[in-house]
Amino acid sequence: MNNDLLFDFIVDKPTKTVTINREFAAELPLVWDAYTKQELLDQWWAPKPLESRTKAMDFSVGGRRFYAMVMLDGTERWSVQKYKSITPKSNFKFFNAFADENENLELPGSDWDLNFSEENGKTKVSISIYNESLERLEKMIEMGFKEGYTMQMNNLDDLLAKLSQAQKEERKK
Amino acid sequence: MRRDIFQAIADPTRRAIIALIALQAMTPNALAEHFDTSRQAVSKHLRILTECELVTQEQKGREIFYTLEIEKMKEIDKWLEQYRKIWETRFSQLDELLTTLKDAKK
Repeated sequence: MNNDLLFDFIVDKPTKTVTINREFAAELPLVWDAYTKQELLDQWWAPKPLESRTKAMDFSVGGRRFYAMVMLDGTERWSVQKYKSITPKSNFKFFNAFADENENLELPGSDWDLNFSEENGKTKVSISIYNESLERLEKMIEMGFKEGYTMQMNNLDDLLAKLSQAQKEERKK
Repeated sequence: MRRDIFQAIADPTRRAIIALIALQAMTPNALAEHFDTSRQAVSKHLRILTECELVTQEQKGREIFYTLEIEKMKEIDKWLEQYRKIWETRFSQLDELLTTLKDAKK
């Protein structure tokens, strides 16, 4: 992680809003593409070892992105993002909800508002996520918790592999 | 039986109870009025919340009031920390991708 780049993460429980500000060392059009093009989004949206798989995406007002977060064991967690407004290279808003594999939404969802601005060759993205219910915020966090857990498990696998390798070498001596 | 905060908020009715008593201490009867479930069901949820140490009971006259333990709720902040970490990972992946894209342009 680039430590010289701004990163704010603010949770305001009373207003049920999570605000995330982040700078990127790239020009705005490139960052905009990374957020709005399916083939680029899938490369970074899922924290490894999870995988983001977009099944369908139409980045236009009224369009949507239907995608899955794929866990290590192959489990798919589907979500839909419905684009509500788009101001090219400046702002877009979408409604996000978990869904089943047939795109049936699990309500309530959350409202996302993403703002893009550029200064001195750096692009700042401000994301505000409003949750209709505290319950939904907790569910989102619970998901995150599971993902975090998966990541830890993966690290454990690596560690175990290293340990067993070290053991084998020990035996050779 | 040992319980933890994750069990406490795993159930929607319990989350609703938490939201209600966060505003003011309430009796089981007053709580039950907010739900379609029976008074017994609410009592069961309150028992679990008590076992999770998320609520405490206080006797006032003939009635028992349930109060939320704010400190315990702070454990949820640890979850939020997890969520923050996910965004950190996500963004550092985006940093890498942007570097790759910039190099490809040159």
